[in-house]
Amino acid sequence: MKFDRRAFEAKGYLVVPGFIDLHAHLREPGFEDSETIETGRRAALRGGFTTICAMPNTEPAIDSPGLLKELLARGKSVDGARVRYVAAITRGRKGRELSDMVELAAAGAIAFSDDGSPVEDSHLFRSALEYARVTGRPVIEHAQDLALSAKGVMHEGSVSARLGLPGMPAAAEESAVARDIALARMTGANLHLTHLSTAGSIELVRRAKADGVPVTCDVTPHHLAMTDEWVAGSRALAWEVEDEALLAVPYDSSTKVNPPLRGRADVRALWAGLVDGTVDAIATDHAPHASVKKDVEFDQAAFGISGLETALALVLGGVGVHWAALGTVIDALTLGPARVLGSDLPRDDWAVIDRDVEWVVRADELASKGKNTPLIGRTLTGRVVATVVDGELRYEGAARVAEAVNGR
Amino acid sequence: MKWNRRHVLDTDDWSRDEIETVLDQTRAMIEILQRPIRRAPPLRGRTVILFFAESSTRTRVSFELAAKALSADVTNITASGSSVEKGESLYDTVRTLQALGGDVVVMRHASSGAPYFVAQRTDAAVINAGDGWHAHPTQGLLDAYTLRDAVGDLEGRRVVIVGDVLHSRVARSDINTLLPLGARITLSGPPTLIPLAWRCGQLPPGVTYESDLDRALDGADAVIALRLQRERQESGLLPSLREYSRVWGLTADRVARMRPGAPVMHPGPMNEGIEIDASVAHGTRSLIETQVTNGVAVRMALLYLLAARAGPPGPLEERA
Repeated sequence: MKFDRRAFEAKGYLVVPGFIDLHAHLREPGFEDSETIETGRRAALRGGFTTICAMPNTEPAIDSPGLLKELLARGKSVDGARVRYVAAITRGRKGRELSDMVELAAAGAIAFSDDGSPVEDSHLFRSALEYARVTGRPVIEHAQDLALSAKGVMHEGSVSARLGLPGMPAAAEESAVARDIALARMTGANLHLTHLSTAGSIELVRRAKADGVPVTCDVTPHHLAMTDEWVAGSRALAWEVEDEALLAVPYDSSTKVNPPLRGRADVRALWAGLVDGTVDAIATDHAPHASVKKDVEFDQAAFGISGLETALALVLGGVGVHWAALGTVIDALTLGPARVLGSDLPRDDWAVIDRDVEWVVRADELASKGKNTPLIGRTLTGRVVATVVDGELRYEGAARVAEAVNGR
Repeated sequence: MKWNRRHVLDTDDWSRDEIETVLDQTRAMIEILQRPIRRAPPLRGRTVILFFAESSTRTRVSFELAAKALSADVTNITASGSSVEKGESLYDTVRTLQALGGDVVVMRHASSGAPYFVAQRTDAAVINAGDGWHAHPTQGLLDAYTLRDAVGDLEGRRVVIVGDVLHSRVARSDINTLLPLGARITLSGPPTLIPLAWRCGQLPPGVTYESDLDRALDGADAVIALRLQRERQESGLLPSLREYSRVWGLTADRVARMRPGAPVMHPGPMNEGIEIDASVAHGTRSLIETQVTNGVAVRMALLYLLAARAGPPGPLEERA
């Protein structure tokens, strides 16, 4: 169906460019019980995302031009968001040998990343950056010192001390960020640090940018909205006061994510980074998991939050309390990620937003196969009403749900 | 009776009244244990399932004796040879527990928080018999009972907990139980074995950290030594066990720095010669065996209170 922008604006909705997600996991091939390209593309549309960058930690990993071409051919149907593929930096994402980066770029890889597994070998990572520079594509790095984060399952702080869970210190991220920035400075390659979560990381990027290092970064909606207290059962968003009535059972594995939910000061630093331009983009790190991977002991559970469909409402919450302007977060969902990829915004991609509608997150209403979000059952404000890709209305539906909620 | 809990998962949100209720009930149970026939009928017809997914003889036997002393039927699901070791998921085990229909599940598990997982998915009352590094509520309660029996009111008393606090569910439960009773706590031990946040001042109110054990013990009212796992050295957290025992081991000289007669406790099993000298462990100040005895009574008290909440228990006295 053709998109009639004025019809939506007449209803009081906000029409903005379609969102671009630099970081999503579609799980296909290999983990289709958690997500498929098709379910992921539909979930993206419901979140207002018209372009999503799929990470290569599939089975097999997306580390060869052949597999990349096959996947690009799979995602041609017209009922989802556009998918771009990030190819693996190293073969099998094992961190030992570089993948064929030049050929992968020629086959359509939009960026390179071993996401989930940082490239520990600094010499190899230097080589990856040198190669990436030749391809003109950014390297998206999951910055984490694995020896320091060790067996951690949540942020190391007073909450982990109380809960008796092994912690991942902020320094495990920050020391890796510092190394990565040093290598970007040396090679001149475009380094994109993804899902930064600590105040120290943001400060390192701020200084690097001031020095002219070619580094960009993104933060996730969940790190912008939730703290490590959520592992202990809190369900108060970072800008809300603790509410005993909202308390959930502690050790809920839906709060287990890597990097972990951090402290309140870290959350504020991420917002400050958004406002001053240190943070270029908001990316979901949409990490859907089949229930069998989450319905286990906290320390055994997979890391990850299913995030495409709740991203907008979370960041609008911060706008509501004036932690950032509306234009800032919309830019971070659109222009910012486009710049990271070195591309322009698609001309005719749109997201239609109802800023005021209240809706309840329900597992059976998520298009994603991954129901792993601690927001299930929570009321959020603001939702995508319609999504348009290439001038075509590909998703419309929340308006109906909105009326149902309001009419209750 | 101030008791309305369905499960015993952690004492971190317990009021002083609730703790006192358990301690009072414990005293009644100790009387039963001193009778010629150590058995009372209140849990007749109730089933207690002991689900130990991590090996433990002492705690399991303590719960078993407690349940039997109250005439409950007791069934064991232990780690050795059970489905847990065959790779069965906790979720499957919970469904089995639910189908078996026990009234109380007593569980020990290596993962912090596992009892919450089980409690959410079963109709039975769940007692946490130790989960990962998180909590060991019955140990905290029995330590509180033992301490109070030995030194009286804990208001203003200072208790030293020394050793591997980071990995210790006993330390966390002792803190949670002793603080509401008015005690102050001094933690001591190697910096690598105390949570970083707690060394940086983000301690619960009433708790302090003093790395120097001698200073921590000066004038203290009691000390609890924690078990040191030998693998801490292998994982780079300690230079050597020898150094540990010299710097943080409880010796007769160190114990003498406390208030005269101040007791020494240990949750067991002990590494004599590492965290505690044999002369201290078996000396006159040691309450270590009393802890074991009181442990049965505390567990009886909790089983009784949980059963009472689920439905009126039988009488504590056999009627002729």
